[in-house]
Amino acid sequence: MTAMVTAENVHKSFGNVEVLKGIDLEVETGEVFCLIGPSGSGKSTFLRCINHLEKINAGRLYVDGDLVGYRQKGDKLYELKDSEVALKRRDIGMVFQRFNLFPHMTALENVMEAPVQVKGVAKAEARERAGQLLDRVGLADKAGNYPSQLSGGQQQRVAIARALAMDPKLMLFDEPTSALDPELVGDVLDVMRDLAESGMTMVVVTHEMGFAREVGDSLVFMDEGVVVESGHPRDVLTNPRQERTQSFLSKVL
Amino acid sequence: MTTDISKKGPGDDVPKVRPAEAIKAIPVRHFGRYVAAVLAIGVLATIVYAFSQGDINWGAIPDNFFDDRILRGVRETLILTFLSMLIGVVGGVVLAVMRLSKNPVTSSIAWFYIWFFRGTPVLVQLFVWFNLGFVFDYVNLGPVYKDEWSDFMTPFLTALLGLGLNEAAYMAEICRAGLLSVDEGQTEAAHALGMSHNKTLRRVVLPQAMRVVVPPTGNEFINMLKTTSLVAAVQYYELLKYAQDIGTSSGATVEALLLAACWYLIMTSVLSVGQFYLERYYARGSSRSLPATPFQKIKANMLSLSNRGTGGVPQ
Repeated sequence: MTAMVTAENVHKSFGNVEVLKGIDLEVETGEVFCLIGPSGSGKSTFLRCINHLEKINAGRLYVDGDLVGYRQKGDKLYELKDSEVALKRRDIGMVFQRFNLFPHMTALENVMEAPVQVKGVAKAEARERAGQLLDRVGLADKAGNYPSQLSGGQQQRVAIARALAMDPKLMLFDEPTSALDPELVGDVLDVMRDLAESGMTMVVVTHEMGFAREVGDSLVFMDEGVVVESGHPRDVLTNPRQERTQSFLSKVL
Repeated sequence: MTTDISKKGPGDDVPKVRPAEAIKAIPVRHFGRYVAAVLAIGVLATIVYAFSQGDINWGAIPDNFFDDRILRGVRETLILTFLSMLIGVVGGVVLAVMRLSKNPVTSSIAWFYIWFFRGTPVLVQLFVWFNLGFVFDYVNLGPVYKDEWSDFMTPFLTALLGLGLNEAAYMAEICRAGLLSVDEGQTEAAHALGMSHNKTLRRVVLPQAMRVVVPPTGNEFINMLKTTSLVAAVQYYELLKYAQDIGTSSGATVEALLLAACWYLIMTSVLSVGQFYLERYYARGSSRSLPATPFQKIKANMLSLSNRGTGGVPQ
């Protein structure tokens, strides 16, 4: 087994507040890795560190064997240029809690945008591929709609298609269903389940314990910037060993 | 309606939509509105009467409407408006980016520029540019350019710099507000897709900022068209200056000014129409339905008229 993401003693502070206090974990290639924990535990921050939307202050973070945001020569670290960071991000798809679709583009244009602008794919080819991706998330008939004309669940599925259009080797999900009406959560989770079955490596920050239990291969419970407990989702969720995990789960399950 | 719903339900337990009699009530009488309307018409009639009694040669307005000097003035006014706005918009974008940059030197300079040019009256700025000849004898840009000041600083350049540089300060604030109005999540999403800073700005941030920037810029354009009349004070010949000349030479001072007013009204009205369509274009995706164009409104009205007889609901 090879590791897609490796974190070694990762620290992150905002000003004087230390949000991550030494995270060690490993995400295997092809697995669905779930991050759970109370709000403010640092799980979203850690996710954002993986594609360098946040800079870590200490420790080492590797994606597919490469250091995130830096290059190491001897024992010196060199910060990567913006263009180099952008190059790495092509391979990492991200889905946000608030969808963040481009509101001035239709669903189809949203999905086409990055392949055309970043990879230089021909428009006709990108359009065809975008159509297939929208079909895959069940929204082929919404291709011409603007995000404001779509429900939250539909927007999030377009956002997943947009991330998939770059053919990423790793997908990050930042509470993808937290901003949705309860009745719309299922559609998004179905798409994610389908994606997991296709073998995509996924790191999922979520409050959906059912999804974590059914689809997840590993699970980490974080609290106050540290990993409290980790293991197979079924084990952690049904037989939590730590007291903090027990009290958190008793509130959310 | 009722039949449709009852068809779906298996029995009587499905709530039915019951028809109801529309409310017919005597509307409240707004007597105050009648009084206000009568008063307003009275005031208006008085003003119209007063002007009809004045010694105004109304015929002078249509007679001089397409006078060569007036047409030249209109052209000069339009050229000055477009060029000043060009300087204003380009300068404004540069200043806004400077102001938002993380470099403290550039952002302070931009702040100072905006503070100075917004804080002083544009007429004062025009006079300063106009009178700089008293302190400079010639322009010397080393090997690039050297000339007598009076040859360099023509009335046209005085007007253009005075209006354009002042406008840049206002446009800078409009552009800054536009850039700040775009949600940070948009930048993050673009970066997460591997887009560079420039691509993100050009493809994602600017098109969304335009929605906020275009309406006030349209207003600035229309304002600029009217503000150009100030440069008559620094001896630049545009619509107002030509109209004043005609007024002085023919003795029809007020008529010439009214004539100029008519031309300003025509030009601002045309610009307003352009602004409407531009705003409509940049509003795409922002609301579920765009405001109808006048043509679409006429079409809808005609449809509803023809449907009224058959009792159909226009949609």
